[in-house]
Amino acid sequence: MSRKQIVILGGGTGGTMTANRLRRRFGPDEAEIHVVDRDDRHVYQPGLLFVPFGLTSLDEIVRPRRRQLHDGVIFHEAEVAWVELDREEVVLLDGDVIPYDVLVVASGVRLQPEETEGLDGPGWNDRVFTFYTPEGADALRGALERFDGGRLVVNLVDMPIKCPVAPLEFVFLADWTLRERGIRARTELVYATPLDGAFTKPVASQHLAGLLAEKEIELVTEFNAGEVDGVGGKLGSYDGRELDFDLLVTVPLHGGSAYLERTPGMADSLGFVPTDKKTLQTTVKSNVFALGDATDLPTSKAGSVTHFEAEILSENIGRYFAGRELERGFDGHANCFIETGFHKALLIDFNYETEPLPGHFPSAFGLPLLRESRLNHLGKLAFQWVYWHALLPGRELPGIGPAMPARGKKTLPVPS
Amino acid sequence: MTTTLSTDTVDVDGEGFLTNPEQWNEQIAETIAAENGIAELTDRHWLVVRFMRERFLGTGTAPSIRSLGKESGVPIKELYQLFPEGPAKLAAKIGGIPKPKGCI
Ligand SMILES: Cc1cc2nc3c(=O)[nH]c(=O)nc-3n(C[C@H](O)[C@H](O)[C@H](O)COP(=O)(O)OP(=O)(O)OC[C@H]3O[C@@H](n4cnc5c(N)ncnc54)[C@H](O)[C@@H]3O)c2cc1C
Repeated sequence: MSRKQIVILGGGTGGTMTANRLRRRFGPDEAEIHVVDRDDRHVYQPGLLFVPFGLTSLDEIVRPRRRQLHDGVIFHEAEVAWVELDREEVVLLDGDVIPYDVLVVASGVRLQPEETEGLDGPGWNDRVFTFYTPEGADALRGALERFDGGRLVVNLVDMPIKCPVAPLEFVFLADWTLRERGIRARTELVYATPLDGAFTKPVASQHLAGLLAEKEIELVTEFNAGEVDGVGGKLGSYDGRELDFDLLVTVPLHGGSAYLERTPGMADSLGFVPTDKKTLQTTVKSNVFALGDATDLPTSKAGSVTHFEAEILSENIGRYFAGRELERGFDGHANCFIETGFHKALLIDFNYETEPLPGHFPSAFGLPLLRESRLNHLGKLAFQWVYWHALLPGRELPGIGPAMPARGKKTLPVPS
Repeated sequence: MTTTLSTDTVDVDGEGFLTNPEQWNEQIAETIAAENGIAELTDRHWLVVRFMRERFLGTGTAPSIRSLGKESGVPIKELYQLFPEGPAKLAAKIGGIPKPKGCI
């Protein structure tokens, strides 16, 4: 084939994996591969959960993006302004233009605290924090160190959010560390969610609600946060309920990156890119593909999902160039560790069709599913090494393919 | 399970959401609204109910509260005034479509 130009927007989890996989798939005279990102700081985002508790630090979870990309991948440090879909060009904010044969959207999400009245107003980073950004996680560490009891409210404003279990993990870790410091008795912990239970999927939701109750964490459901008074310490819902707080830990609304909204026809009303559930080709144009948090797919926004997608996406770009039918191979597979404190964690594994079930992963002799164990906690810690050294370089993990394994799972009647 | 609303017999789930959107009509909508504390459906109610219903019939999924606010043009605050019990759920119920599934 003649030499193709592939441009990947975003050099985070999905963009890096895709660039490295494609670099291996195509020789230098077959394809030129470009990655665009606005900065050169690759954050291992699962680590952000541990920063507020002093269990890790930003130094340990941030590395240069360039160094994660294989030789021969061209990195542009620039902000994407918009895409000219008809001319097949990416326009950068610094005025440069990059033409493409195939475009890969891997620009993740944009946090939108400004969409909730008062959230980023007075009190922001003083009594109101988020651990979803490196700066926020670090500021919250200081606030937790100074915290000496009172009401700590954890709230996710609305779905979708990336790693939907992270706010639950945060409240479990808060419970644990406050007990260790001997101030749990004078702390009220509240978990307020817009969902009608602790989590989205029924079986996991029941397990997690049980854990919250065991740890004496109050669960407030169907709470759609509408406004925040960061000075008076009040979180109000649209239906008129109010929660008092001394410290509010929020997960702000998520939307797509702003350049998508500046490109007519490229995103839905929340800024996510309409994408085929199985092939990862967008419905925007046949030469535009997408993966990771930026898509509108009905599965979790998680690094594990992005990893399973990267494998199918690179295969399909190969097929697209060869003029072959795309593989309809993505099943929505997600796999998440849930830290529960006390050196333990839970593991859940699910896809578009099957909700998280008890059993073992990836087969009957693997890690326990939906049950707290030390082994899962060690798995979660080991994951950082796996991320930098196996996932980003695009290596296969032995025994773990993109499709969800059914062996090792106990099937249960789904409660309605 | 089935239930009788005004004069029609319709299929519903355990929470009273119609499982077969084709059995729906405007009278049924008014009956469900009344049962859920909305004595009269105003034009603004109807706008939201129709939007939810059309979106579901067109795409197979009903919008979340957030997309409903962005796409219907009715601000979220007003949506809650119209449907105090939770706009997405209640408008879906009145519009005769299944209970919206949350995101994952
Ligand atoms: C606190 C927290 C905990 C998490 N824990 C887990 C976990 O335990 N397990 C798990 O699987 N996942 C976890 N995740 C989720 C995981 O990190 C994401 O799902 C994953 O990183 C998504 O990859 P992505 O490539 O889609 O987006 P990202 O990795 O976020 O990359 C997007 C990139 O696009 C760039 N970009 C965006 N717009 C522009 C623009 N206009 N111009 C230039 N560059 C742009 C950004 O700078 C960014 O680098 C967690 C996330 C958070 C926040």
